[in-house]
Amino acid sequence: MKRVYVNEEWCLGCHLCEYYCAFANSHVNDMAKALKGKEIHPNIRIEEKGDISFAVSCRHCKDPLCVKSCISGALSIDDGVVRINRDKCVGCYTCVLVCPYGAILPSPSGVMQKCELCVENEGGMPNCVMHCPNSAIVFEER
Amino acid sequence: MPINYIFPDFEVRRDQDRCIACRACERQCANEVHRYDEDLKKMVADESKCVNCHRCVSLCPTRAIKIVKTDNAFKENANWTGTLISDIYRQAESGGMLSTSMGNPTPLPVYWDRILINASQVTNPSIDPLREPMEIRTFIGQKPDSIKRDENGRIITDTTPQLELSVPIMFSAMSYGSISYNAHESLARAATELGTFYNTGEGGLHKDFYQYGPNTIVQVASGRFGVHKKYLEAGAAIEIKMGQGAKPGIGGHLPGAKIPADVARTRMIPEGTDAISPAPHHDIYSIEDLRQLVFSLKEATDYKKPVFVKIAAVHNVAAIASGIARSGADAVVIDGFRGGTGSAPTRIRDNVGIPIELALASVDQRLRDEGIRHRLSLIVAGSVRSSADVVKAIALGADAVYIGTGALIALGCHLCRTCYTGKCNWGIATQRPELVKRLNPNVGYQRLVNLVTAWSHEMKEMMGGMGINSIEALRGNRLMLRGVGLNETELRILGIKHAGE
Repeated sequence: MKRVYVNEEWCLGCHLCEYYCAFANSHVNDMAKALKGKEIHPNIRIEEKGDISFAVSCRHCKDPLCVKSCISGALSIDDGVVRINRDKCVGCYTCVLVCPYGAILPSPSGVMQKCELCVENEGGMPNCVMHCPNSAIVFEER
Repeated sequence: MPINYIFPDFEVRRDQDRCIACRACERQCANEVHRYDEDLKKMVADESKCVNCHRCVSLCPTRAIKIVKTDNAFKENANWTGTLISDIYRQAESGGMLSTSMGNPTPLPVYWDRILINASQVTNPSIDPLREPMEIRTFIGQKPDSIKRDENGRIITDTTPQLELSVPIMFSAMSYGSISYNAHESLARAATELGTFYNTGEGGLHKDFYQYGPNTIVQVASGRFGVHKKYLEAGAAIEIKMGQGAKPGIGGHLPGAKIPADVARTRMIPEGTDAISPAPHHDIYSIEDLRQLVFSLKEATDYKKPVFVKIAAVHNVAAIASGIARSGADAVVIDGFRGGTGSAPTRIRDNVGIPIELALASVDQRLRDEGIRHRLSLIVAGSVRSSADVVKAIALGADAVYIGTGALIALGCHLCRTCYTGKCNWGIATQRPELVKRLNPNVGYQRLVNLVTAWSHEMKEMMGGMGINSIEALRGNRLMLRGVGLNETELRILGIKHAGE
């Protein structure tokens, strides 16, 4: 299955992936309209220290701890993609605690949010991958 | 504080309705133009630091930024232009020479644009390159004086070493130091995939790039940086650099800031020291001296590699090229006055040398007149900007062209002409690791391959239009060219007729 991978060697720490992620998940058709003056809550985040930076998002693990630990059945695997049903999430934070990558985060509405590889946004091509200016974020089989 | 006479050349215009304050512009500007103002809650800019490289413009996700020329004006004066006035202010303050980068931007004539290409109509059929073979493969090297046959009547095909180019386009000499590791890797990999050559420039060959040796031309310049036996043996050809189109008659100076450990090791000089290339080769003061170096290099490499001699296009270029033909060199490279550079004094770049089109035509003619054109290949450089320029160059008599600026533009260069600062935001003309990584060679090499592939398609279409199916039939075929708006002298030197004739 194709997953999002980040080549740290080419990550510039420009943070554009975060904005493109937030835009893709806003379901608004204009980026300025979607994001201007708003705090963003992207599903991909840049980790950086000194000259090193890389983007982190859900690894879509084959045997995901988050799915195993979800008490409400909100997290599931759909064709390899770890997805979240936000109507079922009760906001217990268990998935946040068990995710070794810190890739699930609470959203402003109280339920959790995570990367779903833009399966419902961009016709299957994650927006962070499409817009990474240095092709550091890739979507490929490994 | 003294008066600041210099008003910024550009304005950073930001559409605040579009700006989402993602701060990508701030993070990506090595000149520190942009910053987020916490009090104003918006992005602001200090345009006095802007070099107009368009990194922010290209990366802004909402296209909120554009850079415009300032409309702040000196009192109109056709003689004392604003640029000249500002230059005087700068020199009155610094007492130094003006530095600049890339090719001559002045509005002197571009002869390529005054030359038009022929096409077949009715009486001779044009050729469709998508349906019929179209040969643009080129061989660089000395050609035999006459056809010789063995006792069985077979043609003897032993020739002096030749370079086989799948396309008559190579990447110009740009040293590791003046451009980055990733730029070199992009050029080396692209040359390998395209079946052509890139040139190390005068900075030696990084150990990681010996693997691309079969597609590398190694340069020997006046500083002799990084030159040793293995280096000479690594390349497919050796180029002696006598001059450069952007700065004929002067040497080079790579500041210590652009010489980190890796560059120092490759150049075989101490880290952080300035790399100074003398104006002349201290062992070359005549064609006879040049011949000695040509044969020293051939001797060192077992006569297996062609040796090129690169000169800047200057007034007596035809006579100099004739001398080079007699020095034993296999090819002469002529670099026109618009050729690029990582750093040059502005006045030299803008005022020394001659246009490549005129130099090319006069060299080709002189070598033909003397019956020695076959003794060396003719390669031209110095602002070959498109496939049409390549076709015109070949029709004027060139065997192949070098592209430097065009290749860098493909890699993202926006011709901001501040390479000499070492702060290239595109990761090309810099050695700062955080900037170098901005040029991902996996992307860069593909863009170079795309560019040359696109140009070769266009060349084939133009050749087909002329009814020509091989580059050999185009070479020196000046009847395929016509001038527009050129005077008699220009037409005579170019060896072409005026349009309508």
